[in-house]
Amino acid sequence: MKNEFKVIADLIEKDKKVLDVGCADGTLMKFLKDNKNINIRGLEISKDKVQKCIAKGLTVIEGNAEKDLMQFPDKSFDYVVLSQTLQAFLNPELVINELLRVGKKAIVTIPNFGYWKIRLHLLTKGTMPITKTLPDEWYNTPNLHMCTIKDFVHFVKSRNFKIFKSIALNNENISSISDTNLGIKNLFADLGIFLIEK
Amino acid sequence: MNKELNLKTLIVKKPLKLDCGKTINDFPIAYETYGTLNEEKDNAILVFHALTGDQFVTGLNPITNKDGWWSYAVGPDKAIDTNKYFVICSNVIGGCLGSFGPSHKDPNTQKVFGTNFPVITINDMVNAQNNLLDHFGIEKLFSIVGGSMGGMQVLQFISNFPDKAKTVIPIACTSNHSAQNIAFNELGRQAIAADTNWNGGDYNSKDTIPNKGLAVARMAAHITYLSKKGLQEKFGRKLQEREDLKFGFDADFQIESYLRYQGSVFVDRFDANSYLYITRAMDYFDLAKQFNGNLSDAFKETKAKFFIISFTSDWLYPTQENKDIVIALNSIGADVGFVEIESDKGHDSFLLDVPDFLSALKNFLEKSYTDN
Repeated sequence: MKNEFKVIADLIEKDKKVLDVGCADGTLMKFLKDNKNINIRGLEISKDKVQKCIAKGLTVIEGNAEKDLMQFPDKSFDYVVLSQTLQAFLNPELVINELLRVGKKAIVTIPNFGYWKIRLHLLTKGTMPITKTLPDEWYNTPNLHMCTIKDFVHFVKSRNFKIFKSIALNNENISSISDTNLGIKNLFADLGIFLIEK
Repeated sequence: MNKELNLKTLIVKKPLKLDCGKTINDFPIAYETYGTLNEEKDNAILVFHALTGDQFVTGLNPITNKDGWWSYAVGPDKAIDTNKYFVICSNVIGGCLGSFGPSHKDPNTQKVFGTNFPVITINDMVNAQNNLLDHFGIEKLFSIVGGSMGGMQVLQFISNFPDKAKTVIPIACTSNHSAQNIAFNELGRQAIAADTNWNGGDYNSKDTIPNKGLAVARMAAHITYLSKKGLQEKFGRKLQEREDLKFGFDADFQIESYLRYQGSVFVDRFDANSYLYITRAMDYFDLAKQFNGNLSDAFKETKAKFFIISFTSDWLYPTQENKDIVIALNSIGADVGFVEIESDKGHDSFLLDVPDFLSALKNFLEKSYTDN
């Protein structure tokens, strides 16, 4: 399992109720269900991926987070997870608000557009960056609203949401993000993981 | 018919109070089973049939000599694997294949009921079928499954008996019949009533059958089970065994011939009055109404695991109506999964060879079964 999922799994205590928004093929869900006795649900837009989840015995609803989170009552999950999908929504702010309404807490991970390789690519080549976490061309990327770790931290603070944990990932390296190292982490992490609450 | 074919029949002694106010007792429920009930009695699946279905889910149907109506989904190693599960299906009351229905004789008058048969509802149907559980000594079914009207029965069953099923699979259905659905059913009923052979429902005494009216009803309904794209691809404007148009009203087009055939084979196996009663039961179905307009309340007592399936090209019971059930379940934190299957075969998709559907059904059941 990828490092990102290990970090997310470590943030969630045993026996909780969790919703994985954009759960893809259910890898994280399966891990949480098997190892932490998590009562886990998934929401996924791709029919193929929903089928993969069903084949793993996972409870998944085919749907679109921008419309379908509405049906869940307030605070009906202990945690809501959104892994590397925020940037693909038409209205990321609406989705964040919905995550924090449906979940007592939300775990959001974002591919960091402030990562040095991305900055260097744009600076030297002058074309839209393509990396391991952002593999698509500008004309076929599902990503509409890229942001940096710094952007996300600023956004969360501006909305007065609480940040419980901010974690930077760079390949195998996992480290904490703080106010003092934000600039450095924004340069050297390719992924940010945030545990937030409204 | 019962004696000739030796249909398995349970005579229900317990009186059943119908929604219309009448009470029936000592009434028959004709059923069929597939597979073997295990010792723990925890591998039973109750399958509910749709409007024109019957208890012969799979294998050879002794009436039609054709495959059972759900042969793609039910059988050894199939999605509903009869090597593993014990499948029970019964003819609904109001039907015409052995269960108590309008073609039966009224014990008081010794005349065929016809339209003197009490109007029945989906609720009555599942209450009647619940007797099968006692008959087999099953406390809790592993699953209840059904498409279309079968799906409506699934929803009603789990609402009435919240502890009697572990998993619940309503397919291509709705929690209440839409105006469009009622309209199509009314068209069918009026076609039957317009046939002079119908004779106000009393055709048995005249030894006639309103087969023209029933055939038209079936033809109209059959169109609603398919999609425009499916029809176009299968038939287009192809002509029926002729080089050119004949400038008359014979079946020039293949689609005409196909529908006429569907109508003609239907009348051989289905009773016109049953068609009236069962379509009426569908039209009366409104699960939320039974709970003061709150559909979620229909499910609040159950801990069952739901899996709801719809089809992209189903315009009779469209995805949104299936999703409304998902929404009602999510709003009370029920365990519910949902998938919309891509298919251009319309509402009939659930009866046909649609691999994504069959694999989803198989996987869901298998995983839920091993989670025991």
